[in-house]
Amino acid sequence: MASVTFDHATRIYPGSETPAVDQLNLEVADGEFLVLVGPSGCGKSTSLRMLAGLEDVNAGRILIGDRDVTDVQPKDRDIAMVFQNYALYPHMSVADNMGFALKIAGTPKAEIRQRVEDAAKILDLSQYLDRKPKALSGGQRQRVAMGRAIVRQPQVFLMDEPLSNLDAKLRVQTRTQIASLQRRLGVTTVYVTHDQTEALTMGDRIAVLKDGLLQQVGTPREMYDTPENVFVAGFIGSPAMNLGDFKVADGKANLAETHIPLSRATLDALTPDDNGHITLGFRPESLDTTTQDEEGSFPVTVNLVEELGSDAFVYGQLANAEAAEAITSGAGESQMIVRVDPRRPPLKGDTIWVKIRQGEQHHFSPATGERLPS
Amino acid sequence: MPAALQITAAAPDPALLDLPWHIPLEEWPEDLLAALPRGISRHVVRFVRMSGSVIAIKEIGESVAYREYALLRDLDRLDVPSVEPVGVITGRTSPTGEPLDSVLITKHLKFSLPYRALFSRQLAPDMATRLIDALAVLLVRLHLIGFYWGDVSLSNTLFRRDAGAFSAYLVDAETGDMHQQLTRGQREYDLEIARVNIIGELMDLEAGGLLQDVEDTVLIGEMLVQRYNELWRELTQEEEFSSEDRWRVSARIQRLNELGYDVGELQMTTDFDGTTVHIQPKVVDAGHHHRRLMRLTGLDVQENQARRLLNDMDTYRADTDRLGDDEEYVAHDWLNEVFEPAIAAIPRNLRRKLEPAEAFHEILEHRWYLAEKAGHDIPTADAVASYVRNVLPDRPDEEAILELDTATLRAISDTDTQIGS
Ligand SMILES: Nc1ncnc2c1ncn2[C@@H]1O[C@H](COP(=O)(O)OP(=O)(O)OP(=O)(O)O)[C@@H](O)[C@H]1O
Ligand SMILES: Nc1ncnc2c1ncn2[C@@H]1O[C@H](COP(=O)(O)OP(=O)(O)OP(=O)(O)O)[C@@H](O)[C@H]1O
Ligand SMILES: [Mg+2]
Ligand SMILES: [Mg+2]
Repeated sequence: MASVTFDHATRIYPGSETPAVDQLNLEVADGEFLVLVGPSGCGKSTSLRMLAGLEDVNAGRILIGDRDVTDVQPKDRDIAMVFQNYALYPHMSVADNMGFALKIAGTPKAEIRQRVEDAAKILDLSQYLDRKPKALSGGQRQRVAMGRAIVRQPQVFLMDEPLSNLDAKLRVQTRTQIASLQRRLGVTTVYVTHDQTEALTMGDRIAVLKDGLLQQVGTPREMYDTPENVFVAGFIGSPAMNLGDFKVADGKANLAETHIPLSRATLDALTPDDNGHITLGFRPESLDTTTQDEEGSFPVTVNLVEELGSDAFVYGQLANAEAAEAITSGAGESQMIVRVDPRRPPLKGDTIWVKIRQGEQHHFSPATGERLPS
Repeated sequence: MPAALQITAAAPDPALLDLPWHIPLEEWPEDLLAALPRGISRHVVRFVRMSGSVIAIKEIGESVAYREYALLRDLDRLDVPSVEPVGVITGRTSPTGEPLDSVLITKHLKFSLPYRALFSRQLAPDMATRLIDALAVLLVRLHLIGFYWGDVSLSNTLFRRDAGAFSAYLVDAETGDMHQQLTRGQREYDLEIARVNIIGELMDLEAGGLLQDVEDTVLIGEMLVQRYNELWRELTQEEEFSSEDRWRVSARIQRLNELGYDVGELQMTTDFDGTTVHIQPKVVDAGHHHRRLMRLTGLDVQENQARRLLNDMDTYRADTDRLGDDEEYVAHDWLNEVFEPAIAAIPRNLRRKLEPAEAFHEILEHRWYLAEKAGHDIPTADAVASYVRNVLPDRPDEEAILELDTATLRAISDTDTQIGS
């Protein structure tokens, strides 16, 4: 078992000016499940490949345990990169499907059998070892594929979007299986995905990357409750957080007829660069429906109601058309998302009044995007 | 049909609309399907007859479908041997309103042979070597244009006969990525994936008793790495020599041409004192013979076939004493007097056996064999007649359907159902 350390690790691809990964500092504890998440092209795969030894490190270092592996060959790093694709071979038994990579590596037969049996026990596949994959259910086949990685018994597992080509149902099921398996094995794991829901549900901690730069690392709870900047705020959480550009005056954040009081700490943290503006963030689930007279309430025109049984979400926009542009969300420009009581959802075309629940608003500097104290 | 069905295609065939998109692919009626062999896959893939040809339909998630479609279009534009994308269909629902997976549609690659069918037929003793060679050529070609495959395997490759050898085509681009230029690490990882997958696939055939003539599957996997590295070196390596040996520049270019590559750009530098020259090919383009034959005759065939045809054309030129004539004129006459009459002499009912260029290659082989037996030259027309009478009828029909013995067919179809997830 081992920890993993990225120490100012940087990768600049030949022919490109900007680093694909820029001075990455990240520590993954022994046994931890760390998820690297971010939009396409942000440098997730590159980071993982640097750790695997498949990509040159142009500056900085990479450590596995206390050992500097920056210049160590991939095969000497004791890590297992889990292939994105894992076809099961129809004529081979489940045991052979799990052990064939060891066979290629020349591991003695008896040891292969032992490792396969150990893995099968963990995966609850012991009684299927001599069967063919065809006799297995979809979920069991998925576990055989995992078994292939487990039998290698590495110090670190690396996984790059292993679920991206599964259908939605199997993806959710496999997600849970991988996460619980990792906890049982206790092997340090770095997992790459672009899907923030996957990150939130699987990781002990999450690292968000954007344009090669680490934005924030933390537990799912921390990422959700205290996003360090506007990017993380908008990226983590589904449906996405609403973000609004407000004018600051009289100690309040103002947008059309809405006036929201700000604390001394927040006001003091603003700088001249912010130009008398502040960015407020509020999640769809942090809004309560209320009435017009309440201070800080917004009128929202309902464009669409999404009913999910236990939840209902309103997709709408600020009733004041000129001010509407100031608000964005994961649903798009000039859009706001509100969670409403699923038993009494409004109708399309209605105007509802909503208010941010006490203590659930986030403040960001428009100039830097950084989080401000509340 | 529900209004929400969305078809993205460069040139949509209206016949697409008549297919039963509201039914999961696995349950499509037999009479629509073309029973052709496939490689191992995790998604449901079916071949369907449409407008006189065959299309391949794969059920797959929406975003992945669009991505693969776009990548296949890029590869097509760059002239890399790959299956041709037809389109993506999304918004499928069952009659009860259940959403169904999107599909990616490609043209079925005519005369293509999945490796599982090839290996189980004992065609030639060094089958494995030839397939590996073809795959190495394809992988180098993909890497040269900056394509990282991510899932190199025999299942994701299709093979076509190419003048006795094979040429390989990419069939599954789902995990691919296009970059300006690949790093060594990206290429090496692709190779490692290839090695492990190929060995796994061969071990599988071995376990099924379907593998002929292969002693050591691990060795075959390693052969790919070796063949790839040799070719990559030849195409990209920097060479250094004294400035008196300038002939080595043209020698290098000629060597690359012989390998089937054109040099688009060659970097040449000299030392300060001008005594040493360094050369390194920067842009190399596969398909040297293919392009030359295309320019001369308009025939669009594979690299080795083109080489073979060009050789015959050169022989014709010498035999007809026209070494002084323009190459274009000679090519025109060769086409009219040699190639086309030979192909036209193949009866219509036998044309599905082999593509014309491959048939012509076999005719040339046959002519050689007859000449050897007779002890003198044989006119091409006689060779054609003998070939059509004695050889072709016994060949399996390879345009679409492979004739396999029933045991093999059962073994393959047993495993053709998608396996994996
Ligand atoms: N060989 C290469 N040459 C130049 N640029 C490259 C190369 N490989 C990757 N890149 C670029 O580096 C950046 C980071 O790529 P990387 O694959 O690490 O991103 P990612 O976050 O994994 O994205 P995705 O989710 O799309 O896989 C991208 O802009 C990508 O285009
Ligand atoms: N256009 C085509 N022409 C001929 N054969 C095809 C074509 N498309 C697919 N096939 C056959 O179908 C098989 C499966 O297709 P494909 O590899 O795209 O599926 P997949 O589910 O994405 O595979 P994987 O499990 O490798 O991801 C291929 O191995 C090939 O034999
Ligand atoms: Mg495939
Ligand atoms: Mg695929």
